Amino acid sequence: MLPPVMADRADKPSLDVIEHKALILRHESVNADYRLIEVSAPDQARKAVAGQFFHLLCPHAGGLEPFLRRPMSIYRIDREAGTLSFLYKVTGSGTRAMATLREGDRLDMLGPLGIGFSLPLNRAPIVLLARGVGLATLAPLVALATERRHPVTAILSARAPEYLMSVAEMRADGAQVITVVDSDMTSEVDRVEDLLHGLRAQGRMEALYTCGSNRLLLLAQAVARQYGLHGEVAMEQQMACGLGMCFCCVRPFQVENEITHRRVCCEGPVFPLAEAMGW
Amino acid sequence: MVDLSVDIGALRLANPVMPASGTFGHELARVIDVERLGALVIKTVTADKRIGNPTPRVAEVSGGMLNSIGIPSKGPKHFVEEIVPLYRRFRAPLVASISANTPDQFAEICATVSVPGVSAIEVNISCPNIEDDGRAFAMRPEPTLAVMKKLREASDLPLWAKLTPNSGEIQEVARAAEEGGANAIVVANTILAMSVDIRTRKPSLGKIMGGLSGPAVKPIILRMAYQCARSVSIPVIGCGGIMTAEDAIEYMLVGCRAVQVGTATFINPTAMLAVIEGLEQWCREQSLVSIREIVGQLGDAGDRGAMNWEGVA
Repeated sequence: MLPPVMADRADKPSLDVIEHKALILRHESVNADYRLIEVSAPDQARKAVAGQFFHLLCPHAGGLEPFLRRPMSIYRIDREAGTLSFLYKVTGSGTRAMATLREGDRLDMLGPLGIGFSLPLNRAPIVLLARGVGLATLAPLVALATERRHPVTAILSARAPEYLMSVAEMRADGAQVITVVDSDMTSEVDRVEDLLHGLRAQGRMEALYTCGSNRLLLLAQAVARQYGLHGEVAMEQQMACGLGMCFCCVRPFQVENEITHRRVCCEGPVFPLAEAMGW
Repeated sequence: MVDLSVDIGALRLANPVMPASGTFGHELARVIDVERLGALVIKTVTADKRIGNPTPRVAEVSGGMLNSIGIPSKGPKHFVEEIVPLYRRFRAPLVASISANTPDQFAEICATVSVPGVSAIEVNISCPNIEDDGRAFAMRPEPTLAVMKKLREASDLPLWAKLTPNSGEIQEVARAAEEGGANAIVVANTILAMSVDIRTRKPSLGKIMGGLSGPAVKPIILRMAYQCARSVSIPVIGCGGIMTAEDAIEYMLVGCRAVQVGTATFINPTAMLAVIEGLEQWCREQSLVSIREIVGQLGDAGDRGAMNWEGVA
């Protein structure tokens, strides 16, 4: 998302990315793996859209570590309350440091950054296919789409029922939620594929969105191609600047039989489903 | 009112703070007022089109980061037609950064990017020279002199030679750059380094080795900037691990006329502005009229005891 080029020098580009030390309102465990952090950030919440991310400065655990910011997709946007939430799993030094923050502390957030999700025309029904941390990224799309009167079906995939998150919130937002888990094999790719064909047959799938699983990405691509659906995928990559300057966060994409590299931070993190490449 | 302006050869900068190449782009104008910077040094453009290195391209280490971006580049034509115009809206002088694999290619791209809108060219001679078994030009004085002479003939714009710290003879390289016609030297690029993820037993970077930057490198690059400033009469621009105004002042005291800030911007996009404000504040506290007064004003080494060190017998 490049800033507009100004022909007139007096017309300065707007400073549309905000750095803000947000007050932490809530920080709690959701299950054995995931934590939820909610902050007060009215100006940033007003600008943020589903699929975008914030670049977070984690507190230093000792010395200068963790050194770099950490990108994190938005889990929930509440413009009225002026709050933003993030759902994350403690996996490395950044998220470990973040987990030490307490309610009342401040979190330095740069953003909102990147390009978010776009919806199809005419209130067309959409399907979300999420697994693991991908659920955190797709959750705000449910709120956005239902607000704009798109019928939404969310297929949530997890290892076991206790790792399913956001089911009640998505239902409250108006989505039909289907849960599939490894523990009873309902999450197997061919069974999820049957679900998608079923949703298509019911007229509930005109667009398809996915995040968080390579297998589901490949499945979504095949199904979207078969039916000619609008499709989008949110992707991750290690980042340094988060603004598009350093070119650390590139991923390969296939555009008309040619491989091209794009920056996840500013040309994504949401990309056309058909052009994404598995990992 | 403190005068923060400095002269890099014939080019006057409003203040001595500018981005290091590869850590800045017009994208930063979404977060800060980039008009306040002394100069705008942009990403290196290469003579050939390059897609860059495989990922991961970045790894975090203690007090810094490793990168192996590999200079993705759309080539000089795209640079002149698409990139240079993006910066016309800014008042601060635009400094192009170029690189190439051979001296002739280097001279060719140097001529191509010498266009209106570009105020100076930083020549990234820290990259491998394929005619010298892949050694970086600036690892040794002879190839540095040879390539600088060709570059000098190719352009009338000020040329800033960006040196590599991966050299055992950086003073000789600095002198060769000066003799070859450089108008300034930038000390320095990143330090070749690596790290390993012991969980996966794989190198952290897709390209195995990469450049170390950030506060971890500052004492090493500061030493090199000091050595270079004593070896040449052209301006030296310090670049290595500057996070604060205090870091910039250290570089200026050892003889640097200006500084480049890189990695700090990734953590704090306002870092360069904070350095400018900090320099001004420090000058006020020190009752300095101009920041130029501190360049090279490093005091004599040693404490009181050292004064009698050799006299004791």
